[in-house]
This record gives sequence, structure tokens and C-alpha cells, in this order.
Amino acid sequence: MPWLWAAALLVLGIGLAWALLFSPPDWQQGETVRIMYVHVPMAWLAMGGYAGLAIASVLSLVWRHPLADLAARELSPVGAAITALCLATGSLWGKPMWGTWWVWDARLTSVLVLFFLWLGHAALVRAFEEPERGARAGAILALIGVVNLPIIKFSVDWWNTLHQPASVARLGSPGLHVDMLYPLLTCASGFALLFAALVLARVRSAVMERRIRGLELASARRHEQGRFSEGAITS
Amino acid sequence: MTRKRRRLMMLGLCALGIGTATALTLTAFQDNLVFFRSPSDIAREAPRDGRAFRLGGLVEAGSLTRETAADGRPAARFRVTDGPHTITVTYAGVLPDLFREGQGVVALGRLTPDGGFRASEVLARHDETYMPPEVADALRRSGHWNPSQGAAPPAATWNTAPRSTRAGG
Repeated sequence: MPWLWAAALLVLGIGLAWALLFSPPDWQQGETVRIMYVHVPMAWLAMGGYAGLAIASVLSLVWRHPLADLAARELSPVGAAITALCLATGSLWGKPMWGTWWVWDARLTSVLVLFFLWLGHAALVRAFEEPERGARAGAILALIGVVNLPIIKFSVDWWNTLHQPASVARLGSPGLHVDMLYPLLTCASGFALLFAALVLARVRSAVMERRIRGLELASARRHEQGRFSEGAITS
Repeated sequence: MTRKRRRLMMLGLCALGIGTATALTLTAFQDNLVFFRSPSDIAREAPRDGRAFRLGGLVEAGSLTRETAADGRPAARFRVTDGPHTITVTYAGVLPDLFREGQGVVALGRLTPDGGFRASEVLARHDETYMPPEVADALRRSGHWNPSQGAAPPAATWNTAPRSTRAGG
């Protein structure tokens, strides 16, 4: 899908240039605030992507749709990478701002659990001889993990945490100045398009791989049959 | 009932069960899931003698004094408040960049016999406001906000303010 790649690179290019070069620093964080323009989109995508994985898992378990299995299988490595980026950028921000790389508060811990859910799903669907059993097990794991999504979202409201509460996705006006909010939303759209393009490319190549394997299997079978019938004639 | 219907029903029932179990577990462990305790929590129920815990709140305006400890390390004394209650904190070590009066902090340490708190680690908390320096200056100059008194005014009053230096006043 070349147009999707083009749109992703265009929006992300504009967003990153806006965020990194033309948006203002924060009055107390200074230039460190720019980590947010990567960290927050990664966090949103990690959770949105997981919601997508859950939908694919329902489609797979209830309607047994083969494309849903493939989508789930190709989604989880990208989701794991994105969650890792979210954790890494958050850690880089935390050291100068909070004074620590990591704390075990409810928000950070629940996002770490999300990372392990992604990794676990990626490993589980590949751990079976029969791909269908792997897909079934992965779908069940993914759906059990869905309880973590509201925990991540509301961890900062239900318990006191070191992590700050939501600035954008909250009731009332955003806690960001518009000169930071608009570049953030542009970056988030760009990363979302890139995420979609990556996952779609992976699903397409997986579909093609499966088709090629089917063709190879068919031709091998034909070959085998041909040899068998030849043998039958000569003997 | 078709097989698909039945599978969907099963899935719904499982989701309900897992959701309830999680909700009950989280409610049961409510006290262990908080990262810090406020001065009011401590006033209501002091931790047992010598137990280390995390104290969180705002650094009270005008309470910060920076000192130098006997061994030459920087030290600080400040009061942490959540409104109704306040605790005096002493700390030897380097404070994080974001530390200032009016900022949220989380300090790890123990209560001292005189009712103070000796911290071994101090972390700064950032709140959910992100503001360009010009806007913060304008709010300060116009008297709408004194950062050392606590959180910024409601976001709707400043988050679309123009960023030119002439703004505010």
C-alpha cells in the first residue's frame, strides 16, 4: 500500500519537525519536554494496538476467521516494539525530571505488564506445531490481558502514582498549551499511520507466504502423483 | 442456538468472570497499590515505628532551606503538605531538577521521634500541565498564578493564550 506509507511519512515528517524544531520548550522541563512527542503516541498506540489485538482475537475465537489469526500473529511483535519504545522514552524522561529511571508505581508497572503480554502473545502463537492451536491459545491470552487496558488508563486516577495524570484524554480542557497539543496530535497521527502501514505490510507478506506454501505443497503433491503413476506404467 | 452464538456467550461469560475477579483483587489490594501516602494518611494512621514508607505532597511555599551537611554534601529541609496536614522533611543529597516550592514530591524515608520525616530519596512529581515559558511568565506577572503556591489555574484559562511576549500583563 504505497499511498499509506507516503501518508505516514508525510504526516510523521511534518509532526516531528513541528514538535522537535518549532514547538516551544516547557517552562520548567525545558527541552526535555520534546521526549513527550514520541512517548505519548507510543503509549496510545501500545494500548490502541492491544485493543485491535483483542478484536482480532474475538473474530478468531468466535467466527474462526483465518485472516484474524494472521493479523493477531503479525500485530504482536510490532506492539511489543512500540511498548518497549514507550517504556524506554519514559525512562529517559524520568531520570532528569523525577530523578529516577524507574519506579514500581501502578502506571509504570501496568505498562510493563502490557509489554510482557505483547511478548507472551508473540511467543505463544509461534510455539505450536499446528498454527491453529497457537492462534487459539494466543487469542485466549490476548483476551485475558484486556483487563489490563482499563487498569493502565485509570491507574493514575484510582491510586496515587509518580506518573502524572492524563493531559489530553481527560474531561475538560487539555492541560497542554495548543502550541504543544497540535504537534503532539500530528505526531500521534503520523505514528499511527506508520503503525498501520507496518502491520498491513506484515499481514500481506504473511498471506503471500501462506499462498506460496500452498502452491509449493500442491506442486509437490502433483509431482509425487506423477512419479507414482509413471512408476505404475513402467512396472 | 448456533455454535457461533454459543462461543460468543461463553466469551462474554468469561470476560464477566475475569473482570469481576480483577476488580475484587484490585479493591482488596487497594492499600498496597498506592505509591505514596499523604500527610493526612499519616496523621490518620501513623506507620509502625521505624517502618520506611513514601510520603507524597506539595512542597509548602516558603518552607525550603538548603544547607550543607557536615560531610559537605548538600542537604535540604522543607515541609510537605496536602492542605490539612504538613510534615517537615530533612534530606541529605542532591534534589532533582524539577524540585521547587509548590511542586509535588515523593520522598522515601522514615518518621523521626519528633514527628518529622528523614528522607533517603526525594523524587519530583510532574503534574499534567505543559506550558511554554512565555505563557507561564504572563500568568505570573498578571498575578493569576504563583507556582510556589501549587498547581496552575484551570487549563481552559491559558491553553490557547498567545505565545508572544506581549501577552498577559
